[in-house]
Amino acid sequence: MAEMDTSQQGGHKKKGPGVKKAKKLSTRVDLTPMVDLGFLLITFFVFTTTMSEPTAVRLYLPKDTERPEEQNKVKNSGALTLLLNKNDNIFYYEGELQPDGSNFQSTNWKDVRDVILNKKRTTKPEDFVVIIKPGPESTYRNTVDMLDEMFINDVKRYALVDITPQDLQFVVASEGGGSAPPAGNSGN
Amino acid sequence: MPKVKVPRKSTSIDMTAMCDVAFLLLSFFILATQFKPDEALEVVTPKSVSTRQLEGKDIVLVTMDRDGKVYFSIDDNNQDEKEVVIEEVNKMKNLGLTDAEKQAFINRGSFVGVPFSQLKSYLQMSPEQIKNLNHPGIPVTDTLNNELQVWIRATVEAFKGKKMNLMVKGDNEAKYPSFKGIIDAFKKNEQFKFSMVTDPEGVPEGTELARKIEKLGAKATDEQ
Repeated sequence: MAEMDTSQQGGHKKKGPGVKKAKKLSTRVDLTPMVDLGFLLITFFVFTTTMSEPTAVRLYLPKDTERPEEQNKVKNSGALTLLLNKNDNIFYYEGELQPDGSNFQSTNWKDVRDVILNKKRTTKPEDFVVIIKPGPESTYRNTVDMLDEMFINDVKRYALVDITPQDLQFVVASEGGGSAPPAGNSGN
Repeated sequence: MPKVKVPRKSTSIDMTAMCDVAFLLLSFFILATQFKPDEALEVVTPKSVSTRQLEGKDIVLVTMDRDGKVYFSIDDNNQDEKEVVIEEVNKMKNLGLTDAEKQAFINRGSFVGVPFSQLKSYLQMSPEQIKNLNHPGIPVTDTLNNELQVWIRATVEAFKGKKMNLMVKGDNEAKYPSFKGIIDAFKKNEQFKFSMVTDPEGVPEGTELARKIEKLGAKATDEQ
């Protein structure tokens, strides 16, 4: 295809003795660089085409009720409260927070899965509930990551709850105390 | 003895066919590539393991940028609803908008990222001005004056009898209080279901979800 038939059709007439034969130049082009270029562009377009369509995470909010008897009660023993705050820090406590903060612990995004699974193993499934309390310094990413963690660990019951001043006090104290894990421990 | 002549074959191959294929594929990919529409707001969404696809119709989108500023927009295909929304907002807040200003909201690609006090002047701006404007965002963090609540109320009114897809598209770096303000605005209007736009991500190995997916197939993450 790339070469054209340049041979003379018909009979080969003998030219006169003085007439020099014109040099036949080949019309055949080396297509290799063109193919290279073609495939280079293909790879470029393949890589830039975003195959990943955005997905959606569904969140069902609880209804705010004024009357306490309508609210879902959580058994203290089965609750795991996760507190999120700045620098991707995570703090948690099981059950109710002791006034002296003795069960207030810190973790990070790498280990939080173990914390959740540990609690899940040691509590009755019908009592198990995770309470997520994002602090004012936590980012939207932290919140979504934590909700994602709930899906990953197949936690059936979880709630997004406002942080209480008491919780926040402990969080701020721990962050200021230098015991906070190094920053940049971003999850996933 | 006659010598056996080994015909010397040329090693150069005819590249024409390969070239054809390469350019055929190239043209396919060029045509199939959809360039991202020029978005007025730059938002980097978080990742999640969810595989649920976004719904494409009747979208009411609340966007939260990296500074926690909140923007509100309605899908361009819902012109009628947009008209009702701006009408309602005008009535509720006594903004005294003219028809031209209302039209600016109904126009394609419009979004609102200003408090009501600035809405009138905002709707008078040209697209160029809007592009250069430093949007203050819709106030949401003040519980007494959560303006998004008004927008949502007007939207609920507009989508009466129709199912709307409430979506939140937030930036990774946005702080939680803004998100909380958005949730509150939804709650106050009895909108308890909404979707959060995320980027897909692989499921970590060895977790409960990974096991579930093995058992049920890819459907496992859909039910979220």
